[in-house]
Amino acid sequence: MDRVIDVRGLTKRFAGRTVVDAVSIAVARGEILGFLGPNGSGKTTTIRMLCGLLRPDAGEGTCLGFDILHEAARIKREVGYMTQRFSLYEDLSIEENLDFVARVYAVPRRREAVEAALERLGLAARRRQLAGALSGGWKQRVALASCLLHAPKLLLLDEPTAGVDPGARRDFWAQIHALAAEGMTVLVSTHYMDEAERCHRLAYIAYGKLLVTGTAADVIAHSGLSTYVVGVAGGDERQLAALASALAQERGVTTVVPFGSTLHVSGTDAAALDGVRDRYAASGAQRWRRAEPSLDDVFVRLTQQAEDNYA
Amino acid sequence: MTPLQPFSWARFVAIARKELVQMRRDRLTFAMIVGVPILQLVLFGYAINADPKQLPTAVVDHDRTVFSRSLVQAVANTGYFRVVAVPAGEDAADRMLERGRAQFAIVVPPGFGRALQRGERPALLVAADATDPSATGNAIAALTTLGAAALRHDLSGPLAALAPPPGPFEVRLQRRYNPEGVTQHNIVPGLLGVILQMTMVMMTAFAVTRERERGTFENLLATPATPLEVMTGKIVPYIAVGFAQATIILAAAKLLFDVPMLGSGALLVACMTLFIAALLALGFTISTVARTQLQAMQMTFFFFLPSLLLSGFMFPFRGMPGWAQALGEVFPLTHFLRVVRGVLLKGNGAADTLPHLWPIALFMLAAAAVALLRYRRTLD
Repeated sequence: MDRVIDVRGLTKRFAGRTVVDAVSIAVARGEILGFLGPNGSGKTTTIRMLCGLLRPDAGEGTCLGFDILHEAARIKREVGYMTQRFSLYEDLSIEENLDFVARVYAVPRRREAVEAALERLGLAARRRQLAGALSGGWKQRVALASCLLHAPKLLLLDEPTAGVDPGARRDFWAQIHALAAEGMTVLVSTHYMDEAERCHRLAYIAYGKLLVTGTAADVIAHSGLSTYVVGVAGGDERQLAALASALAQERGVTTVVPFGSTLHVSGTDAAALDGVRDRYAASGAQRWRRAEPSLDDVFVRLTQQAEDNYA
Repeated sequence: MTPLQPFSWARFVAIARKELVQMRRDRLTFAMIVGVPILQLVLFGYAINADPKQLPTAVVDHDRTVFSRSLVQAVANTGYFRVVAVPAGEDAADRMLERGRAQFAIVVPPGFGRALQRGERPALLVAADATDPSATGNAIAALTTLGAAALRHDLSGPLAALAPPPGPFEVRLQRRYNPEGVTQHNIVPGLLGVILQMTMVMMTAFAVTRERERGTFENLLATPATPLEVMTGKIVPYIAVGFAQATIILAAAKLLFDVPMLGSGALLVACMTLFIAALLALGFTISTVARTQLQAMQMTFFFFLPSLLLSGFMFPFRGMPGWAQALGEVFPLTHFLRVVRGVLLKGNGAADTLPHLWPIALFMLAAAAVALLRYRRTLD
């Protein structure tokens, strides 16, 4: 397998606190890896170590075939990195921003590359507009375009769609898949489960530890979780809320997640969960239906587990 | 695989262009570049006077003879004293000193004229509000030479024997380079250094901290740009700004203050380039240490004040104790003031200037070395 990212045991400590703890990631060429985890779990720190912005305290590996410890300068030239915070120059125009990036990366035939990027964005007419005056969705599009100007082989995207409307997100993901089909490797961090499902593979990190990797189906299958969708007759919300807090106290129930007018009730011990169902369903006031756990159920459970173990 | 370049001209140009565009867009900064020199020139140039004259004086004349009147007239004629009140007694004169309504109180005692005629060498009492020594110093000096000349006219005929005999030798004083003692001729060239120091250090101190605050620094670090490219790319546009300011100041020095410009212009430009480079290197160093623009501002002032006070711009350098002079020698401003005053007022040449240039160069190299060491390629 042609591994674009192949790192082992990445560790980073800030002031004695371990923020990233022995994380190993391998991403194949043309793959889209979704990087998930709660806020402060170490996603951004990991991405920064991959592109040479932070030096790992321990660990080793390669990114695009270059050593992440000693060849950061070479990695930087072939990586497109989109930071979590919009970080184009707000006091430069769209065109000036793209031109600056193209110059710094020594993009061949710079003018044409910038022109083409403006055309693709559909911003040729607004090229002189200051980047700071753009709306959230447009900022994200311009930032992505500027990451792609130097034709990188690897894209590192840190929560690229935070605060972006659904239409812009859909366009964004269509573009990411098109790029991956052409051989671009993408590592993208996100909080959105629908986006997680669009990735080829997922990596879930909490409290600095990588908890699980694999396809969405793998992750669900290996979670060992069984789930019921529970509905209340008549769909009374107050009854549903009371039921949720009652179920959360039951042994055998690990998570209760409200989903519209139903509850997703999950447990790791299938027999115990069935016992709970038998007792509650006997009243006849609820409908219990067995279901596949969703990624949400799995991640809520993983985060809880991590909290119990490390927090 | 193309090799990694240690310094890429294209990347340097990219960063310098970006800085120029940002500078042009930032109207306030742009206004400061032009406004600060003009404001400071007008304030300092027209306002500062190291040789104050026409100081308010109260005269108490208990004698009321031709001698006392001549003496008071002679005091006024020095130009340093302006008689604002003639109170009846010393108490009233003392109160005027206390309240700051008079800087001097001159008391001619009763019987002064008679005692003078008898050759008793009567005393003339001059009380000065000497809280600010520099405000009274020259005026007092003018009084000490008064005795010889003031009464020459009145001590004639039979009184001629009382006139002071000529001293055993004569002192011939030459006030060179600034014979009229015009304060502006000293202050305005000094302002060139002071203004450059303030704007250059502050503007570059903001250069990296601004990027850090706005979040663009992470992107800049993720690019292949090296520390040297970022530093030079951010510094060079400000050298141009420095020369624009210098042109404004020198033009004003010539047109408004008629400051003599004896030395070589090319030499001045060369020295100025070195001075500006040293200031920019320092500003860049500050910007690699400070985390925010506010911190950068505070650090700039932390440097600015001792540099201004110990450089010899405001107070005579040789009046300071040895340790303060030694500290003052560290600052580029101290040396630049000597260079610019020397070139403009004394017509100093390259050989006279050299001893003041190497300390500036040394400062620049030290600051640049610290900046390059401190500028991190990572966010650690």
